[in-house]
Amino acid sequence: MKPAPFEYFAPATVEEALGYLAEYGYEAKVLAGGQSLIPMMNFRLAQPAVIVDINNIPELGYIRGNNGDLQIGALARHNQVESNPLVARQTPLIFEAMPHIATLQVRNRGTFGGSIAHADPSAELTAISVALEGSFTLRSQRGDRVIPANEFFLGLFTSVLEPDELLIEARFPPLPARSGCALEEVSRRPHDFALVGVAAVITLDQGNRCQDARLVFFSVGDGPVEARQAVGMLNGNELNSELLRLAAETAAKRDVDPGSDIHASAEYRRHLAGVLAYRALEKAYLRSRQ
Amino acid sequence: MSNTVEVAFTVNNIQYVRNVEPRMLLSDFLRHELGLTGTHVGCEHGVCGACTVLFDGQSVRSCLMFAVQANGHEILTIEGLGTIDNLHPIQQSFIEAHGLQCGFCTPGIILTLVPFLESNPDPSEEEIRHAISGNICRCTGYQNIVEAVKLAAEKMSPNT
Amino acid sequence: MTHKYIGKRIQRNEDPRLLTGQALFVDDVNIPGMLHAAFLRSDYAHARLKSIDVSAARERPGVVAVFTAEDMGADWKPGPPLVSPPPTVKDVTFFSRTQVPLVKDKVRHAGEAIAVVVAESRYIAEDAVEDIQVDLEPLEAVADLEKAMRPDSVRVHDDLDSNLAAHIVQVKGDYDKIRGEADLLIKRRIVIDRGAAAAMENRGIVANWDVKSQHLTVWDTTQAPIPIRNGLATRLGLSAHQVRVIAPFLGGGFGPKMMMFYPEEMLIPWLAIKLGRPVKWIEDRRENFYATTQERAQIHDVEMALTREGRILGIHDTFLHDTGAYDPYGLTIPLNTQSHMMSGYDVANFYSEIKVVFTNKIITTPIRGAGRPQGIYIAERLLDIAAKELGLDPIEIRKLNFIPPEAFPYEHKIIDQAFAPLILDSGNYRPVLEKAAVLIGYDQFVNEEQPRLRAEGRHIGIGIVSFIETTGVGPYEGARITVQTDGKINVATGVGTQGQGHFTSFAQVVAEQLGVAVKDVHLVTGDTAEFHWGTGTFASRGSVVAGNAINASAAGVRKKILKLASEVLKAPEDELELENGQVRVADIPQQSISLGELAALANPLRGAVEPGTEPGLEATAYFGPKYGAAAFGTHAMILEVDPETMMVEIKRYVVVEDCGTVLNPMILEGQIHGGVAMGIGNAYYEKLVYDDNAQLLNASLADYLIPTASEVPRIVIGHEETRSPLNPLGTKGVGEAGTIPVPALFAQALENALAEYNLEILETPLSPNRLFELIQDKEKSR
Repeated sequence: MKPAPFEYFAPATVEEALGYLAEYGYEAKVLAGGQSLIPMMNFRLAQPAVIVDINNIPELGYIRGNNGDLQIGALARHNQVESNPLVARQTPLIFEAMPHIATLQVRNRGTFGGSIAHADPSAELTAISVALEGSFTLRSQRGDRVIPANEFFLGLFTSVLEPDELLIEARFPPLPARSGCALEEVSRRPHDFALVGVAAVITLDQGNRCQDARLVFFSVGDGPVEARQAVGMLNGNELNSELLRLAAETAAKRDVDPGSDIHASAEYRRHLAGVLAYRALEKAYLRSRQ
Repeated sequence: MSNTVEVAFTVNNIQYVRNVEPRMLLSDFLRHELGLTGTHVGCEHGVCGACTVLFDGQSVRSCLMFAVQANGHEILTIEGLGTIDNLHPIQQSFIEAHGLQCGFCTPGIILTLVPFLESNPDPSEEEIRHAISGNICRCTGYQNIVEAVKLAAEKMSPNT
Repeated sequence: MTHKYIGKRIQRNEDPRLLTGQALFVDDVNIPGMLHAAFLRSDYAHARLKSIDVSAARERPGVVAVFTAEDMGADWKPGPPLVSPPPTVKDVTFFSRTQVPLVKDKVRHAGEAIAVVVAESRYIAEDAVEDIQVDLEPLEAVADLEKAMRPDSVRVHDDLDSNLAAHIVQVKGDYDKIRGEADLLIKRRIVIDRGAAAAMENRGIVANWDVKSQHLTVWDTTQAPIPIRNGLATRLGLSAHQVRVIAPFLGGGFGPKMMMFYPEEMLIPWLAIKLGRPVKWIEDRRENFYATTQERAQIHDVEMALTREGRILGIHDTFLHDTGAYDPYGLTIPLNTQSHMMSGYDVANFYSEIKVVFTNKIITTPIRGAGRPQGIYIAERLLDIAAKELGLDPIEIRKLNFIPPEAFPYEHKIIDQAFAPLILDSGNYRPVLEKAAVLIGYDQFVNEEQPRLRAEGRHIGIGIVSFIETTGVGPYEGARITVQTDGKINVATGVGTQGQGHFTSFAQVVAEQLGVAVKDVHLVTGDTAEFHWGTGTFASRGSVVAGNAINASAAGVRKKILKLASEVLKAPEDELELENGQVRVADIPQQSISLGELAALANPLRGAVEPGTEPGLEATAYFGPKYGAAAFGTHAMILEVDPETMMVEIKRYVVVEDCGTVLNPMILEGQIHGGVAMGIGNAYYEKLVYDDNAQLLNASLADYLIPTASEVPRIVIGHEETRSPLNPLGTKGVGEAGTIPVPALFAQALENALAEYNLEILETPLSPNRLFELIQDKEKSR
């Protein structure tokens, strides 16, 4: 399974990369980790005429704090994110997701930005970015724009990213005090795409009531799915197992509408959504009280 | 359209300079341009791990890289790890523990183990299984591979 | 009988090369001027080929040739049938339809090859494949076995009246008569679905025609180099000695590489001769799912008749077997299923009717287990259901029905896949089952551990199943052994090797006879220039048939050594010992000669070779068993199910195996580990998903789930040894034993773990999703 021919550019700066993207538009694909793009090219499901390889732009590979926010450069590799103490401390949800992302070898090359830009509805980082209220900086020759995560994903492998734009950075605000996060997923083998997954964040107020709950599913539709009705039941209320179970059931019945595919039926996915939502909410709640 | 790009990189401590078509996969380049056929190709979609090599010391799937991306980098393949007369302790351990049968997936597994054992010199069974879960073996059922890794860890420990 | 080398855990001779990248696999072959082939394959499973235009492909720079079926002219012919229908059973219906090199009239399965491009590189060849314009008129596809048998079904082969490929009935005793006497009748419908072998190395062929010496060399990932060589010679109008087929190191076989005369095998050598340049074709993983054979789909309507004590009176079964688009492999797989439906049980009455059905899928040929898992699944499931109804323990009902040791050789009175009467040569089943029960801690688990864990709300279950495995079938294998003047021993045999350690286990047999170190025995396998008599590696027969041929040949060499050494050392033969590569007179160590020196003396350039003698220390011998030796085993497993997610974790796994004399316990254990891993895949992870148009929806390793190190548990292995009387080594095969009973084991253990739902599992493979559905169905029907 060999890829079709393409023209290859390996810019050394972001400006140079943007120049190619402006010139070639839809004909070009950005090559970062290549762990999703290259298999598709080998299957000839993707046949870009131009490849813009951004791996020689080291300035994109940062992970740093900035005024309490966590900034992850597009080219930060998953294994770098996994081993960074800042990430473990400030965004434990991202840290928790890392071992679930494919295999070690894939994480050595795969990038944070690549995962986001690829917009695979089975990708943990898409749902997590929404759950953490992250935002993405998109840069082109026309300038920068910052898009919140919950507006970025449009559908199956589709985002607001324009053909001449490069995703530069993902930014996550600090979690408030009394917050807990949890990630739950079910996959056939540990490194497979999740059959269903969910990210939960719970923040309690001074009175131990739920101030803010976020529940975002992946692998249940065309993109990350926010369980709005479920969190509506939690916000402002005192939490207990009963209420969490009710919220999880609501999420499964009302908030998600999964499809069937070769790996799982819609009914089974819906069932798992309820099971995992409860487990994630309970864990997040417990952690918020620590 | 046969545009080629000049690339220079090191494989098993030898510097190479070549002109390659950008689409040539690193796995094909190593095997057919350089004749290093110890790296095997099982799937070309990044799942089986047979093509694993070390790229700047990290294990990567060579079927998911273009040869041009290796420009300026260092690669280690199975041929660079040890020879029949001078086997690496991991290779020796695989013999002693019967950690291979057909041997097709083996080079990929061994190279995955090199950085793993460097950062985990005393791994548990669970850690070993997790570390090799990105490499598919159809012959061994993994049990003797795990034994081989434990044996290698022993051999490589500074106490022996 | 104490052995010095046989039965020892000796490290493998072949390992250093494999571990350092110094072992040759087919894709490593590189010949100057070599061209690369790629195929245009059909996207449709069933379609009429209306027209094809390859002109654009031919014009692409770097393309040397493009061929269609038309272009092959008179050289286009289907492959040969590999296994003819059984001659000894009456009323057999059999329609032989074999695969073609390139599609001529219509496509019969998705992935069937329509045209071949030969170019300077595989990359360019694949580009050119996309240049080809093909007009295919899609036809309704036959995907479902039962629909295929309806009178109004579309036909895979238009010249036949239906999709029936074969029909055969085998009978033992009189089931109808005993049916009325039975206390219990268990009648069920059992559905078994397909799987792929998915060896890590895909198939590949390199062919080189040397016009000056008029000689063809073919490197092929085949388990059967000798038949390939003979068949290719015939097909290409060459004499056998003009063709050399080499099966070098193979990255796993598991059965599909035993299928012969795949379209590519027929084409690539032909192309090499036609183009006058070496041609290489390496299958990629996607092609492997479409173009390499698969196995297992069957639908059984089966009934078991028992007494109220649990004794089996008889089994009655009719089944449909999916052969795919063609049937070159005849009835091998379904006959194996029939042979194993009675397993190791004393069953006096048996009726089994097979209907082999054509469908628009890739051909079915044996994959590890080769029809046996299906037969064992039936036997074990029905016994489990009967046990539940009668209130018997699964172990008790099996013991009750085992063929007792004094009844061997036991005749099942039907024929097996080798067309020989199914006779189980030897066995002692109870100790194997009992040992497995002890090793898994059966009693303690059922009486203490399980109730305790259940009270905690955990869904933990146990399973224990037994099986026979017919192995070591004929026709024969051979070997030639030569003592070289450097003292090393050279062995040439026809069977290929795909990782089973033949280079070592066979060397151990030789070392035992000749008193040399195992590492000083060098084997050449799978090269027809070295040895050209034999069949191949399949049906767990390598160690039995080739091993015994090697043993006989080594014995022949030993005789010559003793005879010559007796003259040289001036001592009677019965006072001579062979040890450490020397022949010496017992108790007089100074009176000795090395084998190497002796070999030199055995080939005097001057001096007469007397009539009836041969130069050198060399012998050739063959072995053909009367019938296949039947091995036996028991697997036991404890697993836990998460009742919310349906995910399964195996807690403990035990195998007790009786395969007669063990050549190398280390290699045997490896075979069991690998077999079980494959069985776990068959049972719970691997499913080939075809849609109603016979399209394969999961043709990649991302979607076809092979177990990794996270899914395969630690396996505890126990041994029993009941020597086979069928061969001097007393050995039986074991290559498939790890795989055969696993689906049946999963079914029993899962039912046990989810006991509160009282499930009855009558299908394989399973998955968390399927378990969820089975439980939902149960809940709804309450």
